[in-house]
Amino acid sequence: MVRSRDAQSDSKSQYYENLKSQAQQRLEQLRAASPVKEGPSLLQRLEGNGVSRRDFMKWAAAMAAALSLPVTFRREVAQAAELLDRIPVIYLHLAECTGCSESLLRSDSPTLDTLIFDYISLEYHETLMAASGWQSEEILETSMEQHKGNYILMVEGAVPMAAGGTYLTIGPHAHTGEYILRKAADGAAAVIAVGACATYGGIQAARPNPTNARRISRVVNKAVINIAGCPPSEANIIGTILHYVLFGTLPALDSFGRPRWAYNMRVHDMCERRGRFDAGEFVQRFGDDGARRGYCLYRVGCKGPFTFNNCAIERFNQHTSWPIQAGHGCIGCSEPDFWDTMAPYEEPRKNHLYAGVFGGMGADATADKIGIGLLTATAVGIGAHAIYSITQGNFRNPSLDDKKSVVPSQESTDQSTETESQPK
Amino acid sequence: MSRRIVVDPITRIEGHLRVDVVIDDNNTITDAYASGTLFRGIETILKGRDPRDAGFMTQRICGVCTYSHYKAGIEAVENALGIIPPYNAQLVRSLMGIALFMHDHVVHFYHLHGLDWCDITQALAADPRKASDLAFRYADFPVATGADELTAVQARVKTFVDKGHLGPFANAYWGHSTYRFTPEQNLIVLSHYLKALEVQRLAAQMMAVFGAKQPHPQSLTVGGVTCIMDLESPKRLGEFLTRFEQTADFIKRAYYADVKMAAEAYGSEDSVLQGCNIRNFMASSQYPISRTESLFDSGYILDGDLSRVYDIDDEHITEEATHAWYQNNEPLHPYEGKTQPNYTGFQDGDTVNGPAKILDGQGKYSWVKAPRYNGKPMEVGPLAQMLVSYGRGNPRVQKLVNNFLSETGLPVEALFTTLGRTAGRMLQTMLMVEGGHEAFGNLVENLKVDRETCAAYSIDNNREYRGSFSGDVPRGALSHWVTIKNGVIDHYQCVVPSTWNASPRDAQGQPGPYEAALVGTTVADPTQPLEIIRTIHSFDPCLACAIHVMDVEGNCLAEYRVDPQTGQTS
Ligand code: SF4
Ligand code: SF4
Repeated sequence: MVRSRDAQSDSKSQYYENLKSQAQQRLEQLRAASPVKEGPSLLQRLEGNGVSRRDFMKWAAAMAAALSLPVTFRREVAQAAELLDRIPVIYLHLAECTGCSESLLRSDSPTLDTLIFDYISLEYHETLMAASGWQSEEILETSMEQHKGNYILMVEGAVPMAAGGTYLTIGPHAHTGEYILRKAADGAAAVIAVGACATYGGIQAARPNPTNARRISRVVNKAVINIAGCPPSEANIIGTILHYVLFGTLPALDSFGRPRWAYNMRVHDMCERRGRFDAGEFVQRFGDDGARRGYCLYRVGCKGPFTFNNCAIERFNQHTSWPIQAGHGCIGCSEPDFWDTMAPYEEPRKNHLYAGVFGGMGADATADKIGIGLLTATAVGIGAHAIYSITQGNFRNPSLDDKKSVVPSQESTDQSTETESQPK
Repeated sequence: MSRRIVVDPITRIEGHLRVDVVIDDNNTITDAYASGTLFRGIETILKGRDPRDAGFMTQRICGVCTYSHYKAGIEAVENALGIIPPYNAQLVRSLMGIALFMHDHVVHFYHLHGLDWCDITQALAADPRKASDLAFRYADFPVATGADELTAVQARVKTFVDKGHLGPFANAYWGHSTYRFTPEQNLIVLSHYLKALEVQRLAAQMMAVFGAKQPHPQSLTVGGVTCIMDLESPKRLGEFLTRFEQTADFIKRAYYADVKMAAEAYGSEDSVLQGCNIRNFMASSQYPISRTESLFDSGYILDGDLSRVYDIDDEHITEEATHAWYQNNEPLHPYEGKTQPNYTGFQDGDTVNGPAKILDGQGKYSWVKAPRYNGKPMEVGPLAQMLVSYGRGNPRVQKLVNNFLSETGLPVEALFTTLGRTAGRMLQTMLMVEGGHEAFGNLVENLKVDRETCAAYSIDNNREYRGSFSGDVPRGALSHWVTIKNGVIDHYQCVVPSTWNASPRDAQGQPGPYEAALVGTTVADPTQPLEIIRTIHSFDPCLACAIHVMDVEGNCLAEYRVDPQTGQTS
């Protein structure tokens, strides 16, 4: 697993000692806080649902590993989970498709949905809450008031800013999305942006961004944790909440505001097809013999070399699969503005290099630097192995022996992949 | 004296929806207005992009029926380019579609709609042993059985209700007089609500086996599917089949049984025996399960007359914006459609809950336009699909519907209600279970002799292409329309189910299906409008879908029509 970078400079054990006492202090603090809910303990309740203490500790160990912590942290993770129900969560939906909530609904083993429904105090969530209309508005008001300074605000969706924000209104008083977000962010202990729309604007912010949709970090005056992805895996959503509960602080973030524990590895470096890439074995067209054998998908557009995310390890839907396993390239959905910078999705990215550290969005980007370092080596590989696609340019799933059906690349297509925000 | 009720947000749906209704002295709804309150603009964004990317982008219209727009976007482009995907790919796409229906309808019934029928607080008063016995009345092998198990469910929920904080269950309309289940029946549904959380995870895995992930699968490509390694792995096929069986089992033993139980319990509740004042229904064909058979039929019926199903002719489609926040009020054929925003906002008004913003029913009040067929509003969705297929003589559908009616003793007329809409969705899920088995068997057989999963093709940059997709998805009839020029998308347009259903009034003053469904309903307590929520939920609203189509730049983005040949999958 990937180790925290600081651990390499510090004496490693000393580092984790400190971290641990930090976590323990935090847990003490939470324990002292008055619980939102009362009732039987988490374990009692889990046992009632057929989850043994052993299963629970196994889950905690796995979660510790996912959070880049040594397995000795499993006890703290378990305790954090037990304390989760003391933290109220307000979850807002702005301009979005609800895919991220759906992802949350699939949450991970064992019975993470049990954790969500029973152990976080989910105060407001439009897709799940029983109350409607005035009654739901009232919940939002009172929980913002009652838990001021203590709740986690999770936001799914971008903020439409055009026309004074009136492209989105919610509630009997028809407040704009922007108004509600600002107000909710004011009293929040932490603000978490869930998914591509909240983190970087998402599909509606793709060129020409007709509603002037904005990422939430450009609207609220607070640090925002960006859980990137369209949608992010359930493991990344839950893990980020857990991290906050454990340490009471924001997790270490990369230059794009993403928690490093989940986004400091490149898809390409963890990919099961990496050996094929290094060996120069590429799928030439979908459905060919290479596709049957699991060759690398770079030539049919895989953006794994430019994308930071842990999908190759965590996968989706309780580790059932992930795009590259299903034979389709990565489309780069955890990168900023990927709708503009990664398209077309079934063409190699040609001359682009990953822009991470030069994006100018944050100071500390060691994880990105590591990625860039690796990428330089990789770029050579891409150049060598994929020269065919670069010169040939166009790729329309032609039959292999039908060279005539390959039509040369068009300027217009190339232009649509350019982006102003992409530093050269 | 008339008074107004405002319900905003309508929760437990996809997207942002408001409903304003006017009630008379008897609390009977005399007028209703539905308003979509968000707009996004995805077709504008598609313009100038690589046509192979269309499916990935349109997929983000909705993360709930996450696969519908993906497949539609891919197949519209295939249709334009004249590509027929290999048989294996067609079957895999059907299986993923079937997985979506099974997932989506279960989540809708239990987690979105369920709390409109089931009062969870009442479940606490139930006798678990009695409930266990009762479950056998609705299913031969019920899911919620065993006094122990039901006692555990009860204990679990007690922690919400008794002591603390209700979390997502707080401040709902618990105790409302139109809840009709007995405590035991409530306990049965509640235990299924919790069980369905597990089942929906399995159903999502089912799609992920061939689709990489759910929501937003990623294994379709123009020409076919990419998951060839999964298809050639007996282990993966086995995983799909296991998930399928587990989900199907729950659908048959719990979902079917619970809707039967609701039909019995709510058979005397007036507010659910209305909710269908527009009796025009429209549906589209889709989902091949063999070389000769598809699961759905297409056509439309008028005034609830099942004896005549008409073919759809796209010339008769218009859209207008008399009451939508756009300029150009007159009804226009989608070919001439214009979308220039003209936001006029809300009015200050009085409601039964106090002063609020209210919709201007005389003026413009929604981001959803008003599509009409031959000048008439149309309801689309599972009920429409079941009625059209029934009218067409589809033997599978006739059998399912007739069985259900005879088991519940309901007359055909009961289908044209809020209850009927909910039952129609369940019956459609049963149809998917039946069809899924056959499609899977056909796929396994075909893979023995045929390994093709993706057709060869090329795009000629000097040619202009035009094509479309049309078919029914979980919320009803969907179509996508694409024009390709210079190798990139020139025009793109989607006509989506919720635009039909959530439509505002037109120039003639004809309300849309949501609006009409509410008129005539009497609400027991205007400050707790459960009846309104229940009827609106029975449509399974998806507002991100309904409003994605608008383009603030005011460009006419695409030809916009409904295919006369909706009998074909694109
Ligand atoms: S980030 Fe993606 S999945 Fe999430 S709401 Fe936006 S479009 Fe949907
Ligand atoms: S290019 Fe894509 S498929 Fe190939 S090794 Fe890298 S991440 Fe894997």
